[in-house]
Amino acid sequence: MDIAKELLAGNRLALSKAITAIENEYEEATDIMRQLYPHTGHAYVLGITGPPGAGKSTMTEKVAKAYRDQGKTVGIIAVDPTSPFTGGAILGDRIRMNSLTLDEGVFIRSMGTRGSLGGLSHKTADAVKALDAFGKDIIIVETVGVGQSEVDIVKAADTTVVVLIPGMGDDIQAIKAGILEIGDLFTVNKSDLDGADKLVKEINMMLDLDSLMTDWRPPISKVVASRGEGIDLLLADVEKHRSYIEGNGELNRRRTKRAKDELLDILSAGIEKRIKEKTEGRMDGFVESLKKRETDPYSLVSDLMGEMLK
Amino acid sequence: MSNEKIQEELAKYKASVEKAIARFPERDHLPEQRLYTPLDIKGDDYAEEISFPGVYPYTRGVQPTMYRGRFWTMRMYAGFSTAEESNKRYRYLIESGATGLSCAFDLPTQIGYDSDDPISEGEVGKVGVAIDSLADMEVLFDQIDLGKVSTSMTINAPASVLLAMYIAVAEKQGVAPDQLKGTIQNDILKEYAARGTYIFPPRPSMRLITNIFEYCSQNVPKWNTISISGYHIREAGSTASQEIAFTIADGIAYVEAAIKAGLDVDAFAGRLSFFWNAHNNVLEEVAKFRASRRIWAKIMKERFHAKSPKSMMLRFHTQTAGSMLTAQQPNNNIIRVALQTAAAVMGGTQSLHTNSRDEALALPTEESVMIALRTQQIVAYESGLADVIDPLAGSYYVEAMTDRIEKEAMEYIQKIDDMGGAVAAIEKGYIQKEIQDSAYKWQMDVESGARTIVGVNKFQIEEEPPKNLLRVDASVGEKQVKKLHDMKAKRDNEAVKAALADLKKACQDENENLMPHILAAVKTYATLGEICNVMREVFGEYEAHISL
Amino acid sequence: MEKKIRVLVAKPGLDGHDRGAKVIARALRDAGFEVIYTGLRQTPEQIAEAALQEDVNVVAMSILSGAHPHLFPKVVELVRGKGLTDALIIGGGVIPEGDIPALKEAGVAEVFTPGTNTADVVEFIKNNVKL
Repeated sequence: MDIAKELLAGNRLALSKAITAIENEYEEATDIMRQLYPHTGHAYVLGITGPPGAGKSTMTEKVAKAYRDQGKTVGIIAVDPTSPFTGGAILGDRIRMNSLTLDEGVFIRSMGTRGSLGGLSHKTADAVKALDAFGKDIIIVETVGVGQSEVDIVKAADTTVVVLIPGMGDDIQAIKAGILEIGDLFTVNKSDLDGADKLVKEINMMLDLDSLMTDWRPPISKVVASRGEGIDLLLADVEKHRSYIEGNGELNRRRTKRAKDELLDILSAGIEKRIKEKTEGRMDGFVESLKKRETDPYSLVSDLMGEMLK
Repeated sequence: MSNEKIQEELAKYKASVEKAIARFPERDHLPEQRLYTPLDIKGDDYAEEISFPGVYPYTRGVQPTMYRGRFWTMRMYAGFSTAEESNKRYRYLIESGATGLSCAFDLPTQIGYDSDDPISEGEVGKVGVAIDSLADMEVLFDQIDLGKVSTSMTINAPASVLLAMYIAVAEKQGVAPDQLKGTIQNDILKEYAARGTYIFPPRPSMRLITNIFEYCSQNVPKWNTISISGYHIREAGSTASQEIAFTIADGIAYVEAAIKAGLDVDAFAGRLSFFWNAHNNVLEEVAKFRASRRIWAKIMKERFHAKSPKSMMLRFHTQTAGSMLTAQQPNNNIIRVALQTAAAVMGGTQSLHTNSRDEALALPTEESVMIALRTQQIVAYESGLADVIDPLAGSYYVEAMTDRIEKEAMEYIQKIDDMGGAVAAIEKGYIQKEIQDSAYKWQMDVESGARTIVGVNKFQIEEEPPKNLLRVDASVGEKQVKKLHDMKAKRDNEAVKAALADLKKACQDENENLMPHILAAVKTYATLGEICNVMREVFGEYEAHISL
Repeated sequence: MEKKIRVLVAKPGLDGHDRGAKVIARALRDAGFEVIYTGLRQTPEQIAEAALQEDVNVVAMSILSGAHPHLFPKVVELVRGKGLTDALIIGGGVIPEGDIPALKEAGVAEVFTPGTNTADVVEFIKNNVKL
C-alpha cells in the first residue's frame, strides 16, 4: 500500500498504518511525512491535560462530540504512560470514548509514552500531522500532565486546556509549577462535588501571582463531563482563545516557533544519526587516543565535521 | 490451665517442631500460625462477641433454632432458552424436592434490551431465560403456584420491571401481592464494581431501589427487596475479607439512601438480605459468614440506631463458587461443591444454590443439577453438620479467624467511609482496583505453583473432551423474536403508548415512586426494552470506570 | 526502530464477567505489550473499528455467556474486512471443546479455555504474531 497516497485519499487503514510507522520509527516514516507535510496546517490542535483521575478522557469524548455536532471532523491522540519496568502499557482511554468508535468523522489513536520521552513529543507531533493531512478539522491531544514530557507534548497544541478536579488537596500546589503555566484555559471537572468553588478560587489566586501574565487571562470553566454539563462553556472559552491568538498574531507566532523548533529537532536528530553512522566502530579508538593525549577533542571534532559535511 | 501456663507449653511446643517444620515448603496464603490456642481468643467476650443464636450480635446465627427448626431453603438457580423450556426445568426441580425457585435471566433481559434489539444478537436465551414482556412471564410460571413457592430472581438494573411482572402474573393467578415470597437481587452497586450488568448511573439507580423498598414495605411485605451481593465480588477475584467488606459498604449505602428518602430504618431493614459466596477454604468461609453477621448487627444497631432485631439480622443466601470449578477433570467439582456446601451449612446460611460439576464448560445438564441438589440433601440428612447450631464456635482457629476477618473488613469499610461511601469509592475505581489486584495475585500464585489447584496445575491427566454438554438451541433467538413480534401485533398499542408516556413523566419527578407506573406499564404488555428505554431517556446510561 | 506488540483486549457481547479479560490485559502489559482495553459490551463492529484505528497486531476476545459461536466469527470477518489481514485473532472464555474446531475454521487462531496460564497466552502471541 502506498500509505501516504492512500491516506490523502481518505483511507483510514492507511492513516492508522502511517501512525504506526511514525511510532515505530520505520524507515518509510520520513518518506510518508515528506508527502504529507504539504497537506498539513489546516487543523486546529487542542491539548487536554491534567492529573490522573481528572476525567480527561470523558472530557475529550464530550468535547469531540460537541465538535461533531458542529459538523467538524475530529482526530484524537490519547497518550498513556508506559511502565518503566516492563515496557508494557495499558492504554485505557478508549473505554471512555466507545460511543465515538463507530462515528466515521472521528479517529482515535492510543499511544504509550514508551522509552524515549524526548522522542515522544516528536512522534505525537507527527501523528498530529498525519491526522491533519487526513483532513481532520480538530485534533485533540490528551495526556496525563505530570511530567515535563507531557508538557512538551501539548506544545504541539494551539490551545491547551488544563483539567482539574476538586478534592485533590495539596496536590494542586505540587502541580501548579508544572502544568498551570501551560494552560491557556482551565476547567474544573466534577464541579458538582464539594470544593469546586474553592478550587476555582485557588486557580485564580495562582493566576494572580503569575508574573509573566500577558493580557490573556486564562478563563476557568466549571463542567461535569460525565453528564456533558458545561462543555458548551468550555468550547466557548476555546473559541475565545482561538480568536484572541488569531487576532493578535500569537497563533502565527506559535506556529512559526513550532515550525522552527521542529526543523531544529529534525535537523539535530538527523545529524545525530549521521554522526552515529559515520563514527560507527571508531568511537573507542577516538576515546583511547584522547586518553593518551595523542590528540584533543577540539581538533577531532573539527576533523569529523569536515568529513561529515563533505 | 492458666494463660501463663499455656504460654509456657506453647513455647516448648514451638521449639520442638521448629526443626521438623522447616522441611515443609512455605505457602504464603496459609495462616500465619500453624496452631491456635486459647491465647488467640482470650480477648473475646462471649456475651458481647459470640453470644447465642438468635441473639445480638448474631455471630452464631440469626434464628434461635437454626436447622433444628428446619433446613435451609435448597434453591437451585436455573433458567435458559425460552420461558417454556425454563418452566419445564422449574417444575422438574420442584418435583425433585427443591424448595425454592431461582430464576436466571439472559443478558439482554438483565440489561433491559428486548430480544430483537441488535445488541442482543447471539445472547438471547444463553445464560438464562429471555423475558421480553408479561407474556413470557406468564409462561415461565405456568402451573406454578406463586402463593406457595418462594422465588428468587437474579435481576438488578431492571429489577423493578421484573418484580412488577411477577406481581402481575400472581394477580392473574388470584394471588395477592401480600402473599408473595421471594427475593430480587436489585443490588446495582456490585454491578458497577464486579458484575457488569448495569444500565443507569448511580443516582437514578439508587432511586429505583429505594422506590422498591418503599413500595414493597406497603404492598409486598414478605418480599426480600434486595440481596446485597458479595458473591460476584468474590467471583471477580476478591478475598474473603474484601467480599464482605465491599458488600457491607454497599449495604450501608442502600440504608443511607433509604433513610435519606424518608424511610424509617426499621420499616425496610428487616427485608434486606445478603448473598455470599462459598469458596474452597472451608474454615475461612465459616469464619467469614460468622464475621459478616456480627459486623452487620453492630452497624445497624450502633450506626443506624435500628430498634427491631430483624433489622440487625444478616440473613443470607449462598452459592458455591463458580470460579473455583475447573474445566479439567470436571467430576472433581462434585467434591469441591460438597466442601463448599459444608462451609455454607456450618456458617448458617438461610438458602443455598449448589453449582453443577460442568459449569466451567457450559450450562449444567439435568443430571449434573440433580447431583448438585443431592449434595445439599446428603449434607442436610446424612453428614451431621446440620445437627447442632454453629458447630465450629469455640474453635480457637475459627474464632480467631472470625475476629481477623471482622477487623480486616472494618478497616476497608472505614476507608470507604472516608472516601465518601461506596458510591464514591466505585466512581473512583477504588473497589474495582482492589478486586483486580487480588484476582491478579491469585492467577500469578496459581501460575507460579504457590497455590495448587488439583487437576489444573498439579495432578493433571490426559482427558477426553467432555460429552453431553447442554447446548442452547441456536434458533432460540429467532423463536423469541417471532414471539415478541406476534405479541406486539396483538396488544393494545395505544394503551402501551399512554402507559409509557405516564412512566416518563413519573421518571422526571424525583418525588414520585415509579413502581405503580411500571406495574401499570407491564400490564399493558409494554416490553422490558420499551420500559427501560423510557428510563434511559430520562436517566442516561452509566459509563464504566475502569482502572487496570 | 521500536516495534511493540499492540493487543486489543475486547469483550464482545453483553456479559459483564471481565475478571479474565482484565487479568489477561495486565499479564500482557507485564510481558511488555501495549494493551488497548475497550471495556464491556462491545459490538463486533466497534471491536473491528478500534482494531483498525489502533492498528493492533492482536485482537484478544473473551466471552463467558455462550455467545461465542455467533460473535467470534463475526469479529474475525469484520476485522479482516477492514484490511487488517495480518492481525492475530484469539479468543477465550467458557468455551466447550467441541466448539473450538468451528471457531478455528472461522479464523480464530487459538482458543484459550478455563485454567489457561497467562504465560501460555503470552508465549502463543510471541510465537504467532506478525509484526
